[in-house]
Amino acid sequence: MPKNIPEPFVKLLPFALSAAITLAACSPGADGARKDSSAGGSPAAASTGASDGQLTGAGATFPYPIYSKWFADYAAKTGVKINYQSIGSGGGIRQLSEQTVDFGASDAPMSDQEMAGAKGGPVQHIPTVLGAVCVTYNLPDVKQTLNLTGDLIADIFLGKVTKWNDGRIAALNKGVSLPNRDIVVVHRSDGSGTSYIFTDYLTTVSAGWKGGPGKGKDVKWPVGLGGKGNEGVTGQVKQTPGAIGYVELAYARQNKLPTAAVRNASGKFVEPSIDAVTAAAAGVAQKLPPNSDYRISIVNAPGADAYPISSFTWILLYKTQPNGDKGKKLLDFLHWALHDGEQSAPSLDYAPLPAVLAARLDSTLATIKVGAAP
Amino acid sequence: MTEFAARDAARAGVAASAPTPARPSRSWTEIGSEIGDRVYSWSIVGFASLVPILLLTIFVAVGVAAWPALRTFGFSFVTSSDWDPVAQHFGAAPAIYGTLVSSILALIIATPLALGVAVFLSEFAPPWLRQPVAFTVDLLAAVPSVIYGVWGMYVLVPVLRTHVMPFLRDTLHLGVLPLFSGVAYGPSMFAAGLILAIMCLPYISAVTREVLAAVPRSQREAALALGATRWEVIRDAVIPYARSGIIGGIMLGLGRALGETMAVTMLIGNRHEIAASLFAPGYTMASLIANEFSEATGDLHLSALMAVGFVLLLVTFLVNAAARWLVWQTARER
Repeated sequence: MPKNIPEPFVKLLPFALSAAITLAACSPGADGARKDSSAGGSPAAASTGASDGQLTGAGATFPYPIYSKWFADYAAKTGVKINYQSIGSGGGIRQLSEQTVDFGASDAPMSDQEMAGAKGGPVQHIPTVLGAVCVTYNLPDVKQTLNLTGDLIADIFLGKVTKWNDGRIAALNKGVSLPNRDIVVVHRSDGSGTSYIFTDYLTTVSAGWKGGPGKGKDVKWPVGLGGKGNEGVTGQVKQTPGAIGYVELAYARQNKLPTAAVRNASGKFVEPSIDAVTAAAAGVAQKLPPNSDYRISIVNAPGADAYPISSFTWILLYKTQPNGDKGKKLLDFLHWALHDGEQSAPSLDYAPLPAVLAARLDSTLATIKVGAAP
Repeated sequence: MTEFAARDAARAGVAASAPTPARPSRSWTEIGSEIGDRVYSWSIVGFASLVPILLLTIFVAVGVAAWPALRTFGFSFVTSSDWDPVAQHFGAAPAIYGTLVSSILALIIATPLALGVAVFLSEFAPPWLRQPVAFTVDLLAAVPSVIYGVWGMYVLVPVLRTHVMPFLRDTLHLGVLPLFSGVAYGPSMFAAGLILAIMCLPYISAVTREVLAAVPRSQREAALALGATRWEVIRDAVIPYARSGIIGGIMLGLGRALGETMAVTMLIGNRHEIAASLFAPGYTMASLIANEFSEATGDLHLSALMAVGFVLLLVTFLVNAAARWLVWQTARER
């Protein structure tokens, strides 16, 4: 005859259970929770990738359209499938560091601290395509393209220049009747490579910005409204007469937004275009030291036709590839991307790398060690 | 059936099968059903405790991840307005303030509307109108929040900026109050509160409708017999009877408003600043996490976002506790 289970035990059961599960859950919690939180189940994806030789990558959302075209084209050509999750540059760097993906992708180069924290050894940055950031505005009565300088853009975003008919704007735009309107600044509210490029530029050209908000994917904006994503910024700029904001070149072109011409390092006002962005990279590439790790900023680049608010976007991979088969596939893909893949970049509004740089990257790829002991 | 099994079955909230007197010799079926009872009661205990366990593990996991930021900034994390990812300094006061103010604003706007809808539907509406209107109001709850966000950005905000805000500020001269002063950009605490009001209205009205329908007929008839008018019946007999249920509905709406992310992010202007004016942009905790989490690389930045999540959990928890207490109090008063 079964005896009654002691009453206190039944009462305590839920607490005992909860304590056990809590303990089990929180011991890896400190590290594991953070690593997985933005990964969205990628460790599983990585392990399935390993089983059938499929490459996995994760990172930046900005180059996702061109990358997915490359992956599709490359799979059709060679049968090598590449699984890429566009979870953001930060997530890409974290996952590469934890070795849960074969390659990462980022709109901002890794910091020295991040490089040191990567578990698979030294990381190689490979620039793939170029992006640029356009300054867009809403002035219904102004039909001409506005001319702006970096210093002036910085002062507008610092809240020092508050009216569209300010003398400094008028001096750059002779013959344009500027309205007596308040300037409404719109910036990105979400962390983004776009903000990084824009603030990198402002930090380079303006001492006031360098000493103030600084550069980063999120910064402390002194004034203005925050919009989420390119579409959020565009929405608010379009809705608000007198607004000024910044968006990706590809987004601005596809939505036919008015964009300002920005004065470059040579003193020429340049409108954002694919050619002007490639020109910026070419100017920098020619002067690149032979041992460069490609973690370079090309804002305010030299060259008469260079558009100054431009940047690379990078694929990140370990200099020593642990898995010989996958490492070789990855290098083959990158070689294809840097030559054949670049051809399709302009059709998706990305600026291709200058030819001189693509050639140089071939020799860099040759230095990657493949199949060393894991 | 044994005392044990009967007691366990009762604890599990299930009526025990027909009790049989204990016999000296027991058949195998009887032993089998006793084991079955026991397995059943244990699994019920297990399932029921899963929910509190889940809540507890969420609290612990978020708390552990938030700890580095909370330790670094201490109490200034909830009092400072300085949110600077570049300088690695984080203070979430504007987001906490924005979450509370936008939600309270939403309730102030939504509650009278929702009560009006519910009273109309349960007391006044002709039967042929009742179902379609109730269905339409309920449908508001089914609209995805990103749709509210897009609608808010392209329809509501321009109307607010060009008509509603100038009307409130200049025509009604409410601009003398700090609450309605300043430049009307459009995206603002006011816009966020308004969209939240629309979003939590169906919750409040659906619950209120149900509790009003549950008020006994005798309650109304008694008031009518005393010579009360229709309005007096509703005010003095029906609503007081349903009060605790109505408060429960309002708190459900508040819970929805506190946690809403997408629509608010698109309309609030995302500015780390505590402004007196409702026309000024603000921030909420949910928006802050949604905005910055995917690209946060620094350890302290990530931890600060986790800490914001932890504070949001705490606020939600406290609000719900307060709501329970309020419902309990009003129910007891009656």
